[in-house]
Amino acid sequence: MTTRALTRGGLKLDTHKRRSTTHPLRAATTPEVLVLSVDQHAGSPAVPIVKPGDRVLRGQPIAEPGHGVSAWLHSPVSGIVRTIEPRPSALHRDPSVCIVIENDGANRVFEGQPQPRDDSPQALREHIARGGIVGLGGAIFPTGPKLLRAPERNAHLIVNGAECEPWISCDDMLMRERADQVISGAEIVCRALQAERCTIAVEDDMTEAAQALRAAAKQSKIVPEIVTVPSIYPAGGERQLITALTGHEVPSGKLPQDIGVVCQNVGTVAAVARWIRDGEPLISRIVTVTGSATKDPANLEVLLGTPIATLIADCGGYAAQPARLIMGGTMMGVALDHDRHVVVKGTNCIVAATHEDLEPPGPEMPCIRCGACAEVCPAFLLPQQLHRYVLAGELENLDRYGLIDCIECGCCDYVCPSQIPLVERFRAAKPELVRYLDMRGMAPLARASYEAREARLARLEAERQAQLAEKRRALASKFKNS
Amino acid sequence: MIETLNTQLPTSQPPHTVAPNSVGRVMRLVLLALAPAILLHAVFFGVGILVQVLLAVASAIAAEYVALRLRRQPVRKYLFDGSALITAVLIAMCLPSLAPWWLVVSGTAFGILVAKHLYGGLGSNVFNPAMVGYAVLLVSFPVQLTRWPSPDVAGLATIDLTLLDTLRTIFVGSLPPGTTWDAVTSPTPLDAVRSGLQGGFTLREIQASPTFGLVGGRGWEWINLAVLAGGVWLLVLKIIRWHIPVAVLAGLAMPAAIMHAIDPGSYAGAFFHLTAGASMLGAFFIATDPVSAATTERGKLIYGFGIGFIAYVIRTWGGYPDGMAFAVLLMNLAVPLIDRYTVPRIYGRET
Amino acid sequence: MLVATLISAVFAAALASVLLRTTPREIARERLIEAVNAVLPQTQCGRCTFSGCKPYATALVDGVADINHCPPGGNATARLLADLLNRPYKPVDPQFGVTPAQPMVAWIDEEACIGCTKCIQACPVDAIVGASKFMHTVIAAQCTGCELCIPPCPVDCIHLRPTADVPRTAHSAS
Ligand code: SF4
Ligand code: SF4
Ligand code: SF4
Repeated sequence: MTTRALTRGGLKLDTHKRRSTTHPLRAATTPEVLVLSVDQHAGSPAVPIVKPGDRVLRGQPIAEPGHGVSAWLHSPVSGIVRTIEPRPSALHRDPSVCIVIENDGANRVFEGQPQPRDDSPQALREHIARGGIVGLGGAIFPTGPKLLRAPERNAHLIVNGAECEPWISCDDMLMRERADQVISGAEIVCRALQAERCTIAVEDDMTEAAQALRAAAKQSKIVPEIVTVPSIYPAGGERQLITALTGHEVPSGKLPQDIGVVCQNVGTVAAVARWIRDGEPLISRIVTVTGSATKDPANLEVLLGTPIATLIADCGGYAAQPARLIMGGTMMGVALDHDRHVVVKGTNCIVAATHEDLEPPGPEMPCIRCGACAEVCPAFLLPQQLHRYVLAGELENLDRYGLIDCIECGCCDYVCPSQIPLVERFRAAKPELVRYLDMRGMAPLARASYEAREARLARLEAERQAQLAEKRRALASKFKNS
Repeated sequence: MIETLNTQLPTSQPPHTVAPNSVGRVMRLVLLALAPAILLHAVFFGVGILVQVLLAVASAIAAEYVALRLRRQPVRKYLFDGSALITAVLIAMCLPSLAPWWLVVSGTAFGILVAKHLYGGLGSNVFNPAMVGYAVLLVSFPVQLTRWPSPDVAGLATIDLTLLDTLRTIFVGSLPPGTTWDAVTSPTPLDAVRSGLQGGFTLREIQASPTFGLVGGRGWEWINLAVLAGGVWLLVLKIIRWHIPVAVLAGLAMPAAIMHAIDPGSYAGAFFHLTAGASMLGAFFIATDPVSAATTERGKLIYGFGIGFIAYVIRTWGGYPDGMAFAVLLMNLAVPLIDRYTVPRIYGRET
Repeated sequence: MLVATLISAVFAAALASVLLRTTPREIARERLIEAVNAVLPQTQCGRCTFSGCKPYATALVDGVADINHCPPGGNATARLLADLLNRPYKPVDPQFGVTPAQPMVAWIDEEACIGCTKCIQACPVDAIVGASKFMHTVIAAQCTGCELCIPPCPVDCIHLRPTADVPRTAHSAS
């Protein structure tokens, strides 16, 4: 087993993972009512294809992809669509449209799942898209479109099990208990990609997971290479991992597929296996429920749309008033304002954290240019300079110093002695810069089209004038002649 | 146990947790790292240094307070962030321990008011405030700044100044009856080498004088060692990075070694330079002031090397025995340029 | 040889500086307009009250318009203009419109489109294709998001969409 390190930057953090890995994986309580947002993947929202009052079955498609990049959505239970309405969402500032399903408890399974067109890799890719699968590591990019955009053949598939963020252990548990799903999912994705190589990356402290994978790989047709990376945050960041494993960097502004690599989270490939092998679309996922305010932390298999309060109750309830309720890990997760939010495709972890779990930032001081932030930045940026330019609104410099390449990992923020909320500022500044750069990139083309159009209009106008003059002349001569 | 949450939970932006670190902690540790050197200083040269440190600290806090009030900044937040204290202590350590009180008070006040707050306060100052304060004094009162007391080792100090004598000297400017400045002071090693060489002596002859110890000046060797130890401790704690100190020392040692190899009679060796004057203090505590130093890794190396090199040039051929302060200020000036041309390659980009 | 090269270089430099100094006014003005136009976003939206970016650039150089009239360019462009024209920087005047938060492109709801060709005539950069009575569509890669096509549409079937949802796949611009 080979070990490859993060090339630069990163942090050695307390992982807190053992707390949630002592119990075996178990199913969460199935709720009476499930709330499914049509906007729980990257890209445009899905479009509902059911109406309030419709009966739906477990696994039945309830929303189809919108325009552009989008994903299918399926009902996790059998029951009745009670309503379709906008509801406040954990992920977005504005409410998003949700399909609310009342569980009838019968758990009848939808039989009419489509079949792949033929057994070509292309058809397989298209069929994977029908499973509603998205990147379960947190990026929630729809897997179908990702595979459809990948190179036709010979890609290097990297299956990412390097779950580097503190507290989260759902991928670890998945690999320990369902290594066969991971391996057969990897096999299927390899087939879809006609991949040449397959590497599975785990962190060096996941010995059980690595063993389980190796055992499962013995029975498989493909021979995945199992590689460990040091448990340094963010070793599992897509770009960081790719560089650690292949030695190549993903060029700025490009995608991994541009250097022949496709990276999929272990949970994602397991979901692919369940869909292709067992015919079950993405209707559930594993969620780590942890934090000192949770009585009995564990990993649960949860149906999408289950309220977070249900999960906490399944783990013995709250041990204390949580100081924060975080969806995701403590470095990149979203702090929820209450526990009635529901589990979505991207929910890998719920941390009910007490004050002891978190070190809150102190009062913000001016940057003292100590450079600690630059030292830990895995994108090799100079956060201290970026911060300066963000405050000054200097977009040209933000471009030069690479704000776009910031992966928002939070390392800089974590170490800053001046307690500057760097990531918050960077995130806030990005859209403006993106728009500015887009505008700059568009300008030459737009200008050329504009000038061409002006020229054309001028020419048309001139022609019209000429015709007019011609007519007038003809008329005049006629008049004279008569 | 709590069954249900009825209240709205507080939220925050990621990351939700940070390292237990603060500007105050960084500054406190730096001060702590200087403590052994100050104590050794008191042992060798008398309690004057402690008086100087107290004076400097008091005037730094007063100046900081006034500046913050004038700039309408939150006084509580900034007054005890420790940065002014470091400025104060560094100035006190650069001055002779029997220097008159107004010297350290005006130097510190100038450093804080002009070099720090006129430029925008913590984080915005272009020049190292301590070195600005010290350089102003050096230019304005050169005589007072050469009156270094003799170290209390090997019978060098002929007169034992009591605490009262020390206070009187500092505050009133009068030495105990019957003593003269010449009796209590002796040239620092850098002074001695400089004037000795000008007087036509060879290095060997100069260094044979009792003020010289094993490698540098008596007493000074040990103080420099303590500064080095404090600096290494900060390195271990990751409060400072190796780049600047190593580069400063290299910038000093390399030309020194070369010149010494060419003409051992007239140029002191690398070891002498490393342990003389403010070399260690400069390398580990002055040049590493993050605000006025270069901020990129390569930049720090260039910045540090520049300081060491300029300091050597000033010491050897310039008008002042120690060039640390001017070297630091000159390189401060070059920082924006250095930072601009040493931006590291971004992940996924060419250069 | 070397001397000759040096002398001719000095001569060339002197000549160039003389020529540059004495450029006719009109040429200098043209050049400045060109430079100003180069920093304008080329959205061609007309929000600056001129019919396009070039006319606004001309007005700027002639001193009849202020630097803060271009919402698509935003404050960053206003800053560049201030530098270029040696005028004090001011943020974009909201009276001319707000700077959009993200890149947008027009998107035609193809089911509702009646094929009236009104939008085609309005588009300043020829980014809409379609023929009379046939469905129209926007070439996202060419659309600047100027919104000029939205008011003329009789059935309100044109909307702005973030490029995140409607990717500009082919950028022929570099
Ligand atoms: S860590 Fe904080 S204080 Fe240090 S340079 Fe970075 S932003 Fe500035
Ligand atoms: S959040 Fe961005 S700038 Fe900060 S360390 Fe991570 S990648 Fe670097
Ligand atoms: S407002 Fe800006 S983008 Fe629109 S036409 Fe005027 S200069 Fe061009």
